[in-house]
Amino acid sequence: MSELPAFLLQDQGGKEYRFPGGRQSLICFVKEDCPTCNDVMPLLDALYCSLGEHLEVHVPGQTAQGNRELTERHALSVPLLDDSRLAVSFAYDIDTVPSLFLADTQGNELKRLVGFVREEWRELVESLGEVNVDWDALPEWRPGCGSLSVDPLISERLRAEAENSPLRARRIEVAAHDDEFEFMFDQGFSDGLPLVPPTPERVIRMLGGTSRDTQEVVAVMPPNMGDATVEKIAINAVMAGCRPEYLPVILAAVEAICTDEYNIHGVMATTMGASPVMVINGPVRQKLDMNMKLGALGQGNRANATIGRALRLAIRNIGGAHPGGTERSTLGNPMKFTMCFAEWEERNPWSPLHVERGFEASDSVVTIFTMTSGPTLMVDQDSRSGAQLAGSFGLCLESVFHPKAHFASETLVVVCPEHVDTFVRDGYDKVAIRARIQEVTARPVRDLIENDVSAVGFKKARAAQMEEPALNTLMPKFKSDDDIHLVVAGSDAGKFSGAFHGWATGEIGSISVSRKIEEV
Amino acid sequence: MSTVILDPTDERVPVERQITARTSEITGSVALLDISKPRGNVLLDRLEELLTERAPGIRVNRYAKPTFTKPAPDALRQQIRSDNDFIIEGLAD
Repeated sequence: MSELPAFLLQDQGGKEYRFPGGRQSLICFVKEDCPTCNDVMPLLDALYCSLGEHLEVHVPGQTAQGNRELTERHALSVPLLDDSRLAVSFAYDIDTVPSLFLADTQGNELKRLVGFVREEWRELVESLGEVNVDWDALPEWRPGCGSLSVDPLISERLRAEAENSPLRARRIEVAAHDDEFEFMFDQGFSDGLPLVPPTPERVIRMLGGTSRDTQEVVAVMPPNMGDATVEKIAINAVMAGCRPEYLPVILAAVEAICTDEYNIHGVMATTMGASPVMVINGPVRQKLDMNMKLGALGQGNRANATIGRALRLAIRNIGGAHPGGTERSTLGNPMKFTMCFAEWEERNPWSPLHVERGFEASDSVVTIFTMTSGPTLMVDQDSRSGAQLAGSFGLCLESVFHPKAHFASETLVVVCPEHVDTFVRDGYDKVAIRARIQEVTARPVRDLIENDVSAVGFKKARAAQMEEPALNTLMPKFKSDDDIHLVVAGSDAGKFSGAFHGWATGEIGSISVSRKIEEV
Repeated sequence: MSTVILDPTDERVPVERQITARTSEITGSVALLDISKPRGNVLLDRLEELLTERAPGIRVNRYAKPTFTKPAPDALRQQIRSDNDFIIEGLAD
């Protein structure tokens, strides 16, 4: 025997009714536009008139206007209680009106009837006492209607407002005369573009995208060392314009950037203007309808655009990295708004990025790379061999940081499908492409010494201490072949691959990090 | 009806609108804004005298809203903002 939720409701005149009230009680939830509820209203009224001396009869109605109309239409004596906030309907977890509950004096449930089945109601009513009802005039069976408390939009508000609501974030009331969009700009929540207001209903809906606990701390985010809870990340995802199913990607991305290896603090604080690039692999790409083909690195796809934006907003709002504060980029770059795309694995003849990085092909994975420039186009419409094309890549990649800066950074190369075909024709795999890039960019140390053209490179004093063999040593552009990350994306037409130039690599800078995305 | 939104930040700063940081000295241009309520100009005339006397290097610019019953027009607000470093508004009664 379960205890029914207590409540205190008012009738239309403002009189209060409390449950449990010390007597046996009958509670029937109704709404005005439900035909079955209209069928049973005279019966409920007869119950109230005949047994009201020893039985509490509570009839919560789900709209205030509906209560007025029902009272007038059926000339009711029984007071209809105002549950237009639907809090009591929600607490009773009803799906259908009418739903009838019989409770003992302590408020324990004795009986529950859903909809209207004449024999069930008759049995219940006759067990309570003498009531004058023309049962034959009533229908044999009526299903009832959906309770307003399970209307999708309303139920999200009710879940947000309920005592056991999963939401803990501070609630901010934006005054009626204030514009919520302007308010959010004024509060500094925005990246400069309008935000979707993170109402409790929207955040509840967003949280439906993950099975993780709302208050789980996904990461501690610098520079504020703020707790990035699932809820806080969901709030930022709402503001960015995400759909709930995008949330697991963002949660995995937050985990990835807050690692010591990735070093989001340094990425945000550097005057170089670095920013995360998110590469998505695995089945989640199709599930979220992400763009990996024509214009994959550009605008126009909601998942690509808003997932990247949500990560940036989380960094701004939870981590507290604001331009002019701890974000100190000299020029900034537009990738700081958003940069997220999917790899076109099906067009990739080699291993996709996540498999190269140790995941199963069936895993969905986010990999975060730190970029400072790009995507810089590598335009080559002429090369017909793998060696020539990879050679072109190498020449273009000379400009990473500075042509005389070797061993300084890494790169994320996005190979377009037409270039893929050229490589495939020549049997060029990723190993061969990387080796060729290193080969064509290799320069003797003596060519990398500061000179009258540019002071970047080895300092003269250091070079003066080098022996001849050391000065003749060839240095490729990248310290390791592993610093050349290769993915496939873009449309089938066009011989234009792109390269993101990295930031300081290794332990002093940022190392790319991958995280598996939760399957929901 | 007011809208409720959830705080996206780590909640270390109060939500109330933050007032602009106050400085310890007045320099540059000061706007005196008359909201067009009777005798507001008397108050602002006296303030202008005092400002000119005590901070001789500053420039005082006078403005008036068309009516105290409505917010200042956009053009007026933009002009005040672009031409001044400070503003003193003779607000209500």
